Amino acid sequence: MEQRYYQPEIECASPETIKALQDERLVKQVKHVYENVPYYRDMMDKKGVKPEDIKSTADLHKLPFITKDDLREAYPYGLLAKPLSECVRIQSTSGTTGRRVVAFYTQHDIDLWEDCCARAIVAAGGTNEDVCQVSYGYGLFTGGPGLNGGSHKVGCLTLPMSSGNTERQLQFMTDLNATILCCTPSYAAYLGESLREKGYGPDDIPLKAGIFGAEPWTEEMRHDIEKTLGIKAYDIYGLTEISGPGVSFECSEQTGMHINEDHFIAEIINPETGEVLPEGEIGELVFTSLTKEAFPLLRYRTRDLCVLNRKKCSCGRTFIKMSKPLGRSDDMLIIRGVNVFPSQIETVLLKEGYSPNYRIEVDRVNNTDTFDVYVELSQEMFSDTVKDITEREAKLAAAMRTMLGIGPKMHLVAPKTIARSEGKAVRVIDKRKLH
Amino acid sequence: MSVKQISVFIENQPGKLAEATRFIASHGINLRAMSIADTKDFGILRIICDEPEKSAEILREGGYITNVTDVLAVGIKDAPGSLATILEIIAKAGASVEYTYAFLGTRMAGAFMIFRVDDNAKAAAALDAAGIKTVEQSDMF
Repeated sequence: MEQRYYQPEIECASPETIKALQDERLVKQVKHVYENVPYYRDMMDKKGVKPEDIKSTADLHKLPFITKDDLREAYPYGLLAKPLSECVRIQSTSGTTGRRVVAFYTQHDIDLWEDCCARAIVAAGGTNEDVCQVSYGYGLFTGGPGLNGGSHKVGCLTLPMSSGNTERQLQFMTDLNATILCCTPSYAAYLGESLREKGYGPDDIPLKAGIFGAEPWTEEMRHDIEKTLGIKAYDIYGLTEISGPGVSFECSEQTGMHINEDHFIAEIINPETGEVLPEGEIGELVFTSLTKEAFPLLRYRTRDLCVLNRKKCSCGRTFIKMSKPLGRSDDMLIIRGVNVFPSQIETVLLKEGYSPNYRIEVDRVNNTDTFDVYVELSQEMFSDTVKDITEREAKLAAAMRTMLGIGPKMHLVAPKTIARSEGKAVRVIDKRKLH
Repeated sequence: MSVKQISVFIENQPGKLAEATRFIASHGINLRAMSIADTKDFGILRIICDEPEKSAEILREGGYITNVTDVLAVGIKDAPGSLATILEIIAKAGASVEYTYAFLGTRMAGAFMIFRVDDNAKAAAALDAAGIKTVEQSDMF
């Protein structure tokens, strides 16, 4: 595949060039934050760190971490580093894990964020010949606005669909020959399923690539989507607190996401001790934004568990790569003392040939956790005997036990009875009142 | 030799069976025989009707998980021991019965039983050798 870049001079720069750029930008950013954000000044003073202590990225570890709790406490203006008169946009987190957080952007911030998204689209093969269907939610959620801006920068014909209204999505996709689809992976799977129901095979639609993010998904789900839609599916990562989608993005190699290191420094830390871990170890991903003006976060703890690697990439980009988040401390379930990630359940389901639509229900009865997983039965799996179905449930429960170390009670249910998501999927119902 | 039975997956929730049977009725499918196997979570509705393949397709299009299986239908005498005799013949032939249910004939008078066995051919041959006729789909409508 021919490699294209949106900003080759930086995407393929030597590690030394990037390091020098990061050093220079970090020093400037720390000074900006210290001078303009009292909340940060207090945090740094408490830790006994002055801006002049930060001379390069090697000093990054001296800075205090900032967490989502800080963002909530400082809501709404406490972390603002520019006068409101210079801000042009607010975006907000989806609120799936608690109270909303708002982030502010200057025009410069929007511009750089859209550059990051444009890099992702070009890495997925996008050019000004493409028709880019953006089916992420628009509005406060960063997904729609981010990819929309990136798509404009690349020069794609942009279809600002937003999420929902599946009929209309499919009509625009087929009538206007969309070649790139941007949405959550669960919605991509749903659109694929709907197309198949309408009798469209992967060769009947001109889609060639998809850029999917904003929620965890597995390799199996990627293969599934690629097969149904006849595309190559690229992962994209980002978070509102840091900018939005495009903090990192996948290239043709599909073995991790390149972090836009001219704008963000990534660290991996031990989530218990805060100690910085060497490259290759699993830990919590921490970001420092180097170029954000209005809402610059230093050492923001993402709660995503990742691995970084700087191995040479065949695509030619030199940016460090991060793995897909391997879990999130805030969607990790602890059931009978065992850590369970929904992504592990999804992996088993896909491996056993089931659809990735599932629901996990956890409750506590007589002081013991109950653990139930509901998954849809398909036409091919059904036979006329109860024995066959209960055997299927038992086999699936055993596969789950092997993966998780704890066996759920499996329930096969009728098709279409598990709610499909048009945004972030809510797959876990935890009825235990533990907090 | 055998008849075609349609099985439908139904969740064990209030109203689901009514919904399914209403769907069947509204498409003009006339049930000749039926039984339900139930568990805590789900049930399997098994039906014998005219035009089984077409009816199964209608159910699939309606979103029901459906499958078609060959089962044996046997006329059974109204006398003590009739069922035991048939089961003994099937057992002796080395076939295993998964489930069975009864219904009354209309065109053909008398009682009938459906047998779902793991080896239809073996069981049917044994019954035939013992002078017990298995019923064809066309005989039932």
